[in-house]
Amino acid sequence: MKLKFHWLFLLAAALLPAVAPRLGELLRPILIMAILALGLNILTGFTGILNLGVAAFMAVGAYTFAILTCDIYPFQFGFWGATGVTILVGLTVGVLLGLPTIRLRGDYLAIVTLGFGEIIQDVLKNLDVITKGTQGINPLPSPAHPYYLFLAFLALVVLFNRNLERSRIGRAWISIREDELASSCVGINPTKMKLLAFALGAAQCSLAGALWASSLGSSGEPGNYDFQVSVIAVCIVIVGGMGSIAGVLLGSLVIMGFNSIVLETFTNFLKAHQLISTDNVFTAPGNWKYMLFGLALILMMRFRPEGLLPSRSVKAELHHDHP
Amino acid sequence: MSGWEVFLQQLIIGLSNGMIIALIALGYTMVYGIIELINFAHGDLFMLGCFCALTLVGALGLQHPAAVIVLLAIVPVFCGGLNWLVDRLAYRHLRGATKLAPLVSAIGVSFVFMNLGFFWGGLPMDVFGMGKAAAAPKDFPVLVSNNNLLGNSNVQFTAKDLMVGVVTIPLMIALTWFVKRTRTGKAMRAVAQDQLAAKLMGIDVNRIIGATFLIGGALAGVASVVSALYNNSIYFQMGYRAGMDAFTAAVLGGIGSLPGAVLGGLFIGVARAFSDQYIATRWTNVMVFAILILVLVFRPSGILGAKHREKV
Repeated sequence: MKLKFHWLFLLAAALLPAVAPRLGELLRPILIMAILALGLNILTGFTGILNLGVAAFMAVGAYTFAILTCDIYPFQFGFWGATGVTILVGLTVGVLLGLPTIRLRGDYLAIVTLGFGEIIQDVLKNLDVITKGTQGINPLPSPAHPYYLFLAFLALVVLFNRNLERSRIGRAWISIREDELASSCVGINPTKMKLLAFALGAAQCSLAGALWASSLGSSGEPGNYDFQVSVIAVCIVIVGGMGSIAGVLLGSLVIMGFNSIVLETFTNFLKAHQLISTDNVFTAPGNWKYMLFGLALILMMRFRPEGLLPSRSVKAELHHDHP
Repeated sequence: MSGWEVFLQQLIIGLSNGMIIALIALGYTMVYGIIELINFAHGDLFMLGCFCALTLVGALGLQHPAAVIVLLAIVPVFCGGLNWLVDRLAYRHLRGATKLAPLVSAIGVSFVFMNLGFFWGGLPMDVFGMGKAAAAPKDFPVLVSNNNLLGNSNVQFTAKDLMVGVVTIPLMIALTWFVKRTRTGKAMRAVAQDQLAAKLMGIDVNRIIGATFLIGGALAGVASVVSALYNNSIYFQMGYRAGMDAFTAAVLGGIGSLPGAVLGGLFIGVARAFSDQYIATRWTNVMVFAILILVLVFRPSGILGAKHREKV
């Protein structure tokens, strides 16, 4: 990739509201999901750990941020203080979840993260004394110029991940993904490195949660952070290209753009022409959403497992003939 | 009701639900045993089976308890065939790929199934409650009666509980016989042990894996019929919950082990019932997932599973 897609993406995103001011609002979820998916990319893309519960890290971030900023609690950290603390909390949760589970085999670890995601949702729902149950914690103060603020965060995350990928740590992660045994033979400690991936990935996901809460003005309800959100993040990473930062950005644009812009516009268009009938479920485009996400996963795995904008090493790895 | 009677009642409910969980868990454990794939779509296959059963009830106008036999003849064929088809179209092409590729594909299939279930529930049929939203839970008619077989006792052991046992126990025995005694069963065990060696012995590996998907899916189909008749409510998102319970059961019993899956299923069923009664319904799911995580962390080979060493 000589074009440096990720910088072009960020530049285009920065200029966009000047051209079409209304789009800024619509694009915010794309920026936040991109941060979430980049967090997952550290785990799944760089290190080869499938995490099916990133929504739980996001929930931890959103609720921590909400508790630290909402005026019904005695903390009142403000946006920057709360965001900083949220990242630290995310880091800690990542380490706490990773410590006992990191040695598990890949598919078992994926199921543990899924279980963690479900437990977090139920705990948030049941501890309604603190979390207000399904009402969510609100109102939260909204930051000035949220679009540019989120874009700046995304740019920072991209820069951080790019440097991380090229550092000693990133190379160790990639070698673990390619062959764990071989990398431990050359002196890498896979357990320690995987734990680090868990911590940094979780921290980024909880940052996404904090931004999501501030954008929403509420922590949202626990059901907002369900398995489907985690799978959308997995979709983004897989469609874009595992281990490729540019790919993940493109993936968020494609998947989230499809989810919140194309489907919405198409639905409105059909509604305007009275083509949606309430007694025929097939006519509402939104009803096809999960079918399309599911098909995207199946078809990508079958025909293009390296993603739309693959990282070179993943592509080489996947097209190397297996015995 | 005395404390003792409450305990007994919950035990009966737990065992009945546990047998349904065990049937689903058998499908997980067979597929995992043979190709090490967590067949994520298995729970949703079970859900589609429930919709198939309800459609049959509506289309054929079934009312008599003997209709159970009709359902048991058709729904497992539907589920088994669908499972086989998915393996043929999606998973078979990923055999040589990294381990996570088929798992991601299975998650995709699960989403497609869930969406299909949603559409299915929106079909304009009387049994689906005409005009009701597609996403709403559907009532499954009471074909097997709720009458207490223990007369006027406080503890209820209904015809439904009996039906669950009468259907599932012989099936489990038959499955054990099949895997242990028949040629195909022997081939399955050989493929599970060592695919390459099995291929060298002239076993058609893909056909055997297909047969495993077929049988596992058919068991999920039986579970669909039994569960729909037992709980009398079906819902397009029920597959996720049932799938997780069954997967937990399979892991608990030792994944790859048939008796383990049954034991694990019964344990999870009873644990759920007791948790509903003695802790609180809202903490039951947390408890099941906690069991899952604790077993995976401390004893990943489960109760009856063999110790598995990562080969180089």
